[in-house]
Amino acid sequence: MTRTRSIGRRLTLLLAGVAALLSILSWGMVSGLARQAAERTQDNVLAASATAIAETLRSEQGEVRLELPYSAFSMLGAIGEDRVFYHVAAGEEFLTGYANLPVLDRPRAPGTVLFDTGTFDGEEIRIASVTRPVLVGAEPLTVSVSVAQTRSGVGAISRELSRLAALLSVAFFIVAVTLSAIAARTSLRPLNEIADAVARRGPSDLRPVKREAPEELAPLLSSLNRLMERLAQSIRRSEDFIAEAAHRVRTPLATVRTQAEIALRSVEASDERQRLRHIIRAVDESSRSAGQLLDHATVAYRVEDLARDSVDLADISARCVAALEPTAAMKEIRLILRTEPAKVAGDAVLLDNALRNVLDNAIKYSPEDTLITLAVTADAAEARVSVCDEGPGLGDCPAEHLKERFRRGTHTEGIVGSGLGLTIASDVLRAHGGRLDLGPAEGGTGTCAALVLPLL
Amino acid sequence: MRYLLVEDNQELAEAVVKRLVLDGHAVDHAASLDEAEACLSAADYDLILLDVMLPDGDGRDFLARSRAHLETPVIVLTARSQVSDRVGALDQGADDYITKPFDFSELEARCRAVLRRRGGSARNEIALGRAVFDPFAGTLRLGKSLIELRNREIRLLEVFARHPGQILSKGQLLDRLFSYDSAVTENAIEVYVGRLRRRIDGTGVRIETVRGLGYRMETEDP
Repeated sequence: MTRTRSIGRRLTLLLAGVAALLSILSWGMVSGLARQAAERTQDNVLAASATAIAETLRSEQGEVRLELPYSAFSMLGAIGEDRVFYHVAAGEEFLTGYANLPVLDRPRAPGTVLFDTGTFDGEEIRIASVTRPVLVGAEPLTVSVSVAQTRSGVGAISRELSRLAALLSVAFFIVAVTLSAIAARTSLRPLNEIADAVARRGPSDLRPVKREAPEELAPLLSSLNRLMERLAQSIRRSEDFIAEAAHRVRTPLATVRTQAEIALRSVEASDERQRLRHIIRAVDESSRSAGQLLDHATVAYRVEDLARDSVDLADISARCVAALEPTAAMKEIRLILRTEPAKVAGDAVLLDNALRNVLDNAIKYSPEDTLITLAVTADAAEARVSVCDEGPGLGDCPAEHLKERFRRGTHTEGIVGSGLGLTIASDVLRAHGGRLDLGPAEGGTGTCAALVLPLL
Repeated sequence: MRYLLVEDNQELAEAVVKRLVLDGHAVDHAASLDEAEACLSAADYDLILLDVMLPDGDGRDFLARSRAHLETPVIVLTARSQVSDRVGALDQGADDYITKPFDFSELEARCRAVLRRRGGSARNEIALGRAVFDPFAGTLRLGKSLIELRNREIRLLEVFARHPGQILSKGQLLDRLFSYDSAVTENAIEVYVGRLRRRIDGTGVRIETVRGLGYRMETEDP
């Protein structure tokens, strides 16, 4: 799965993961430092307070005396709502303060401040204690002064700082993720541009992709171009082969047909003339079938990857009418063209082929000296090219059947046809999201075939 | 009318030449693009029939190359009915194309359409008695009046005009006028000959019925 996931998403996820890790780390560090700083501040104040009390120790009439200076406690009051305790002892003897305060009884050098953490009265406290020798009479007495304070203020401060740090980290994370998404998209843009350039191409456009690409994409681009080159070559080869094959088959057929026409000029016996006509008909039949089979194959191939160019049906209709006018004139059939602009999205070659098949059909099945009307119309959503003839109609064969492969109608006696024309037209229209409508012409015996396509 | 046929298949070329000569046209045959160039520099042609696959190159490349200085209309003979091929031929300067094997009536119809589009040329006009017949424009000019003929009338008149004094059987006329798959009888010829007689009334030529044999066009005695 991971191999096929989008590179952009993977890159973004990776960068986001790194950002998350950094955010958590920085949050942890800032919280830790904040707590340390708060604790150190408390320690300093406690030490100062304990030292200040210790400074007031003196001996008076064989007793140790001390004063609790106001400043010693006002310093401590600065830190939140915490409760303050003290404890003064001379050696093992408790002198004043809170007797139960869990003081340190480690040996220590006078003047140095020792710190400890303990519990008192159900609350966590921080204790600073300092010793000072006091001469009582001639005997030096070691007096220890301990000042303790609960830690809720410190906790509150460090929690507050930690909360701020968390907010900052989240903000950092969001910014980092946004930036990584932008970075991923920016660095993938050349790749997307190449993909777009290839995707926008028509089905038969196999020219090499000439585009500035970052060097990381150069190998991909050059192998893509080599592939296109090979594909173009193989298509060219198969097209050449089809052309060559058609040429080899149709040239002798043309010779046969021409010779038969020449023979018809000099032959008078009616049964021989009839035989020559049969030859000509058979040649026409085979060449027509071969042509339409080829067309059918081309259509099937082009429909697979349909071009979506802007095509004006009016232009195509005019072209088809011009191309088939001589054919129609041979039967004294007049082609009437009425157009209005009707733009659709599609493959001009295929649409041309579809219309030509329909029009060719109409000419083939129309009697001499009639009209075929070709009208291009566009309403709100659909473009229509209707081809209406004055022929004998569809007979009793359902219209849907006529679109089937090799299916021919009932009024086809004596007319050369392969039964593929309407199939091709119908396939082309379906590929374009349209349809081929077949029905009787209004107010006449004829047939109307309509190519219906969604408007552009 | 003078054709240049560029076709490398000897048998087809011979047949086409013979067939066009039967219709009273002059045809030169070139078997390669080189020969075609030589013919074009030596003579003027009304129309070029160009095969696409030739031994010394593609006919379409020849078209693209020579279109700039070549004024003669070109009809491409293609072996493929594939649309892309047709469109390609037209894009490269062909006036029209026709798929092998082709019907000579259709070829004529296409030549006529091409020459009409190109404005035709006066040397293809045929004098018919006191009138002048232009088979490409489909008109018959008699003094100041211009008669427009219909398609089959043009073709029928052209057949008669190119074979003056010759007896043409109904069967022959039928083959020239109708495609080989249409189920018409020789009576249809009588209808068209009747129409044509009315059209050429007063021109000084007439179509006689030769009992049991067919028809013949004759110039009236003055």
